[in-house]
Amino acid sequence: MDLDPVLLARLQFAFTVSFHIIFPGFTIGLSAYIATVLVLWRLTGRAHYNRLARFWTKIFAVSFAMGVVSGIVLSYQFGTNWSRFSVVTGNVIGPAIAYEVLTAFFLEATFLGVLLFGWNRVPPWLHVTAAVAVAVGTLISAFWILSANSWMHTPAGHEMRDGIAYPVDWFAIIFNPSFPYRLAHMANAAYLTTSFVVLAVGARYLLAGRHHAEARTMLRMGVGFAAIAAPLQLVIGDLHGLNTLAHQPIKVAAMEAHWDGSKPADFHIFAWPDEEAGTNRFAISVPRGASLVLTHDPNGLFPGLASVPPQERPPVKTVFFAFRIMLAIGFAMIAASLYGVWLWWRGRLFETRWFLRLAARGWWTGFVAIIAGWVVTESGRQPWVAHGILRTADAISPVAAASVATTLALFVVGYGIVFAMGIYYINRLIHRGPTGEAVEAPQRGTPTRPVSAAHDSGREAIERG
Amino acid sequence: MEWDLPLIWAAVIGFAVVMYVILDGFDLGIGILFPFAREERERDQMMNTVAPFWDGNETWLVLGGGGLWVAFPQAYAIIMPAFYLPVILMLLGLIFRGVAFEFRWVAVTSRGWWNLAFAAGSTLAAFCQGVILGGLIEGIRVENGAFAGGSFDWLTPFAVACGLGVIAGYALLGATWLVMKTEGSVAARGRAQAKWLILAVLGFMAIVSLWTPLASERIAQRWFSTPNILFLWPVPLVTALTAFLAWRWLEAGRDIPPFLAAIALFLLGYAGLVISVFPYLVPPSLTIWDTAAAPESQAFVLIGTIPLVPLIIGYIVFVYWLFRGKLREGEGYH
Repeated sequence: MDLDPVLLARLQFAFTVSFHIIFPGFTIGLSAYIATVLVLWRLTGRAHYNRLARFWTKIFAVSFAMGVVSGIVLSYQFGTNWSRFSVVTGNVIGPAIAYEVLTAFFLEATFLGVLLFGWNRVPPWLHVTAAVAVAVGTLISAFWILSANSWMHTPAGHEMRDGIAYPVDWFAIIFNPSFPYRLAHMANAAYLTTSFVVLAVGARYLLAGRHHAEARTMLRMGVGFAAIAAPLQLVIGDLHGLNTLAHQPIKVAAMEAHWDGSKPADFHIFAWPDEEAGTNRFAISVPRGASLVLTHDPNGLFPGLASVPPQERPPVKTVFFAFRIMLAIGFAMIAASLYGVWLWWRGRLFETRWFLRLAARGWWTGFVAIIAGWVVTESGRQPWVAHGILRTADAISPVAAASVATTLALFVVGYGIVFAMGIYYINRLIHRGPTGEAVEAPQRGTPTRPVSAAHDSGREAIERG
Repeated sequence: MEWDLPLIWAAVIGFAVVMYVILDGFDLGIGILFPFAREERERDQMMNTVAPFWDGNETWLVLGGGGLWVAFPQAYAIIMPAFYLPVILMLLGLIFRGVAFEFRWVAVTSRGWWNLAFAAGSTLAAFCQGVILGGLIEGIRVENGAFAGGSFDWLTPFAVACGLGVIAGYALLGATWLVMKTEGSVAARGRAQAKWLILAVLGFMAIVSLWTPLASERIAQRWFSTPNILFLWPVPLVTALTAFLAWRWLEAGRDIPPFLAAIALFLLGYAGLVISVFPYLVPPSLTIWDTAAAPESQAFVLIGTIPLVPLIIGYIVFVYWLFRGKLREGEGYH
């Protein structure tokens, strides 16, 4: 059997990074949510905020653990599978990774211990501070990793000597042209994803007639935040698209399946891009729609796929369809959140059962949109691993294809088990729901021995009852 | 003033590796000792002693790997492909043991599986780390600045011995940690296990110490040529003395000193390896200077590292202090 080592290495990286992205996509938003409800609890003293924070912290712990272990893999895979990439770009984007570890990972990991296990052990102000530290840490982490990733799309601030990139201007490297857009798009995506999960859980409880106070808060917060973040995402996405057009026009051409750059581009609601023939089949299109969006002029022109030879094009179908999946979910999110806010305004949010059923089933939307978005941008970068600097085919390690195939199989099986069980356990935690008494601030003289939060709240309940 | 940036970076990464080996060493050790616990409540107790820390401990591994890439990209690009299978098996081991921390508490019927995942993942990760270390000492075949060997070059008797040695060493750290952090049956078992593990660790240290100078002319030169031997002869002596003290403290029922002695044993073994290998990062061909990143890159990250690492150590110390003291049976963080 003849295995293509480049394809195997790409499959392996695509698999591990797609698996990983789900968890930061969730934990960036969830840590901010937990910090928000804890702050609200301190400000208002209302017990259900505390129960919400405790409940979501348990889910956060499971998600974060999966994010950490799948992230460690990535920091080694650059070397194991992409050693040539590591050498060529290491001088320039290596520092971003180092700063991610130094400024974010230690902060998150250390204060996570306080957040998870400090309920009865530390004063509330410190506990809230730990929650905020974790939330800030996840965002700092996104900052650095997206800076490095953006540089691969829009390299800047470097010079090439003997095929190796050397830094010239650190500011230009870190704040490379696509970085601000990518960071805003991804961070907002993470918050949006989380707000739909929170919304779904609130709707699920309300439908089941459980945890009324918590469910209503979750619904209001979820719908309210999504109604801001979802339309905002459309604006950010549009700006990001314009930025991509300026720096990676062929990626945009693939997103729109736009072949002939001498004519204005239609927006294809559906089409089957035929890469052999260089045309689209079965197209249902809005005439000149893509030109209008991308050049703000129905007659505007932008480069088509035909302007470069086939080997210089990304895989058109992959980019095209992933982009449509992301867009469809994005518009559905905008519609759902705006309708939810309208129901809230009319005072019917908690009674409109069909909307609650829809919301309860829509927890996955953000995750699929995030993965689709990543497929668009990363597949769209092909055939380059670092745009204009190094081709993917030249970036791999001198490792036998059989080794890559074996480990790919191990990753698929291992991640399959971990992922399936993780989802199952998170679902079980959600099913159990926010239970137990809210915790009061510990008395003077914090107990020095570790005590189980659950035990203690149980004991409190018994003593009171 | 001319700074020797590669040397400074070698020290930074060396420090990250030491921190990782000690900190994740004891919590991997808990996993290695997991199968020897008799009851579920003992396993709960063992896991609870490390639950607030393991995540931060493992971050040193990311700093070690990420730091190697940043500071010595050439070495990173050779070492990772050379140890492709052990690196990925180590990562998979870490995944299963890492999620076991959280899954085990939520699982009802499948708890036994997550106990197994925790134990097997920890043991596999420790073994792979030892194999990588052993393989690195033995050397990597390099041509034109890239790895030029086969997929199983690392699989040698020496590397396997190092793998087993690291399992024993981490188990020793774990056992003495349990002596320090628990009471009752868990602490008593840790005390008994620690003694056996001291003997095992000394045995593996002896194997490595005799094997390496016999196998490598360069390492023999480093240790036995004059004047080096005049400075280096105390290293094995201090090691033996530390092991003896650890044994005595265990016998005397002391709780904290055995853990400190186990750390000291690790530091001594580590010092021995550094003496043997320095200044090679990819023995036997490439030194830290051969594989260094551009000076401006090393300098750019160093500027941040100087204030950030002490800050990180500060809040890590704070968290260990927060969760100080013994964990009694039946108490947990969950």
